[in-house]
Amino acid sequence: MPKLPLEGIRVIDATVVWAGPYASSILADMGAEVIRVESTNFAPYGGRGLILRPPESTLKTGGLLMAGYPNREAGARPWNRNPYFNHHARNKLSMTAKLNTPKGLEIFKRLAEVSDIVIDNNACGAQERLGLGYKGLQEVNPKIIYVGMPGLGNKGIWKERIGLGRHLEEIAGHTLLRKYPDLEPGEMSDIFHCDATAGAIGAFAALLGLYYRQRTGKGQFIDISQIETVIPQLGEAVMDYVMNQRVRESLGNRDEWAAPCGVYRCRGEDRWVAITVFNDKEWQGFCRALGNPSWTKEEKFSTQLSRWKNQDEMDRLIESWTINKEDYEVMYLLQKEGVAAGPVMDEFQCFQDPQLRERGYFEQVTHVDCGTHLYPGMHWKMSRTPACIRKPACRLGEDNEYVYKQVLKFSDEEYEGLEKEGHIGMDYHPSILVRGAAKM
Amino acid sequence: MRQALDDIKVIDLTWYISGPYCTKLLADYGAEVIKIEKPGEGDPARKFPPFLNDEPHPEKSGLFLHLNTNKKSITLNLKSEEGKKIFLRLVEGVDLVVENFSPGVMGRLGLEYPSLEKVNPRLGMVSISNFGQTGPYREFKASELVLNAMATAMKSCGSKEREPLKMGGRVVQYQAGAMAATAAMVGILASKMQGIGQYIDVAISETQLGSIDRRGPLLVASQYTGEVEGRIEVGGSQWGACPDGIYPCKDGYCDVIGGAMWWPSIFKMMGEPEALADPRYGSWEWQTDPERKAEILAVFLPWARERTKEEVAEAASKARQAAAPVYTTADLLTNPHLAARGYFVEAEHPVAGKLKYPGPPCWPEETPWELRRAAPLLGEHNEQIYSQLGYSKQEIGLLRAYGAI
Repeated sequence: MPKLPLEGIRVIDATVVWAGPYASSILADMGAEVIRVESTNFAPYGGRGLILRPPESTLKTGGLLMAGYPNREAGARPWNRNPYFNHHARNKLSMTAKLNTPKGLEIFKRLAEVSDIVIDNNACGAQERLGLGYKGLQEVNPKIIYVGMPGLGNKGIWKERIGLGRHLEEIAGHTLLRKYPDLEPGEMSDIFHCDATAGAIGAFAALLGLYYRQRTGKGQFIDISQIETVIPQLGEAVMDYVMNQRVRESLGNRDEWAAPCGVYRCRGEDRWVAITVFNDKEWQGFCRALGNPSWTKEEKFSTQLSRWKNQDEMDRLIESWTINKEDYEVMYLLQKEGVAAGPVMDEFQCFQDPQLRERGYFEQVTHVDCGTHLYPGMHWKMSRTPACIRKPACRLGEDNEYVYKQVLKFSDEEYEGLEKEGHIGMDYHPSILVRGAAKM
Repeated sequence: MRQALDDIKVIDLTWYISGPYCTKLLADYGAEVIKIEKPGEGDPARKFPPFLNDEPHPEKSGLFLHLNTNKKSITLNLKSEEGKKIFLRLVEGVDLVVENFSPGVMGRLGLEYPSLEKVNPRLGMVSISNFGQTGPYREFKASELVLNAMATAMKSCGSKEREPLKMGGRVVQYQAGAMAATAAMVGILASKMQGIGQYIDVAISETQLGSIDRRGPLLVASQYTGEVEGRIEVGGSQWGACPDGIYPCKDGYCDVIGGAMWWPSIFKMMGEPEALADPRYGSWEWQTDPERKAEILAVFLPWARERTKEEVAEAASKARQAAAPVYTTADLLTNPHLAARGYFVEAEHPVAGKLKYPGPPCWPEETPWELRRAAPLLGEHNEQIYSQLGYSKQEIGLLRAYGAI
């Protein structure tokens, strides 16, 4: 079998929370040896859990991102059982070193000497202050490719500002374009597209760097501001302002290209189907699927524009049809007539979905600390170098022996010494309960 | 070398959004992207708003202009025998083909990967489709909304009392394009480094399902717990802190994040108001106690309302408090940080004139993003590309008469 495309490429994963880890996750899937450099004496914000050792009360009642551990139990090492970490950390390796000591910094630099790419999404300047930014690492490895992706970028007057995913979404202009049109913008739960956009561009940037190095032998620094990865994705709204000074507002689930376009209640609790009709031909198919009820013949629904204008009334009529049907049933009825439709899927439905099953999207993985489960699989399929989850999410420090001895060429004696000095380990210092540094 | 990909050639058979965004990323970093459009009509995106001055015109669609910067356009009728022959000759000389037709279209044209690979064994090919090239849904229709429903965390997005809410605009299709561009880079590297040409099947739905925020994590959590995540109460803060969320201010909205960890900086941001001096306001008990919350809001809300969103953000920044102004597109174009970074870039287009465009999503220091030229006119590069293939001016005229180009 041919090698994976990025086999032989080593990546230092100096990332936190979501955007950075997603970028390195994509590189790991494609065969790169991605090594997370972690520390048993410091738990970064949003690293291996929002709360490093979640208390019983949180585990019992918290939302799934906070408390979605296997069986809602923290286990002996909760940091190896966190669902979002275990999603992105597949195919990655984990080593530990105390980065607040000169020895730890030396270890990091030694790794940089034999690595190709660094991905860093810490706050702007954080790695630099440790001497582990591009300048510091370039001294030990002039060919290094450094992707620096703090929220607002590495230059510009706001570079030091701090914010989370939701703040970046708001600055990029996405939040106001996705709210309920009739409610205040705060009234929706959190889903931060910017982590995904920045993650994809982070991986893309690293590969651009790699290709340039392939051609020239040279490394380089690549600056990413997460908001600048979102803005191009709002193309129509941005261009409407540029061209017509029109400030677009949220359409909710509607679409200026189509009507009807919405989600409609189906039989069962909190079941919905999404339907979009783009043109007259599809409208005729839609009417056939409904059995041509008389309301569909009314003048006010006869053209695309009149349907767009009379959506409120039309939506109520459509829902009176969907409400007695299963979500999947509506999908099949409408798709048979060439109309875009599909259930608003929850997680259970995803795992059962015939399309995803047929394509083998989910992969079964056994993780030492979590047991056997299905996980989301590869983001795309390649014909000659197929990828998969080769290795379950890395446990803290699980690859220390390999990295220290095989990659960094430390001797057995040196390794034992580093173990005694506390660089090497698989458990966080007992004083760290939530996050942050150990109290020694 | 000026740009990282300036020795890469791409044949671009894409239309609408996901495919064009993929090839735009390649073109903006230097690749020569030859966009093949249907004679007479071109990419349907040319027909979609926004239009300059709201005048519908195939060269004035903001959507098309944005998505097709730095590309060349040729027209070619892939249904004609002449057109197919020309296409295969073009494929001989390129590194990558990208298409986002419905699955089966390339096969029906006789131009599926196995036929292309015969003329160019190291060719990479990326196909983008709604649900993938295989499986029972391969022919299914989709829309931005349907893709949100079937592949993002839409089910848990929005308010409990209301319908699930999609993300803004057409970000799912764009994001699939960004993922496809990453896949394309992998294809290019495999071809250049290992000599392996291959076919890459990108399903828009699968690029979202495993996405980091937050479909992937919730799928794993669901496996771990046997539960699913629901939508929150209207107006709720995710973790019940105060203040925490989006609040009205003088000229719009601002967002201040809250909770015990942030209280000291919120207090500092508001100028250390005496009424809230008791440090217990930062405790979890007081943060979640309705009476105490009302006391906090009695100070915070007027404080925010007296300030513009920029003033709130500035005060927060000084106090090292995580916060943000909630922006409209108008705010984006005047934002001093983006301006300092030189983000929006101007380009001249023969029909649409001088316009600003969104700039680089990443800034490689040695091999910059560059807006070399605005989007192409329909068929603008016919003569250039076809004469490079060896057709004479007279032959190009004949091909046009035959309806091949």
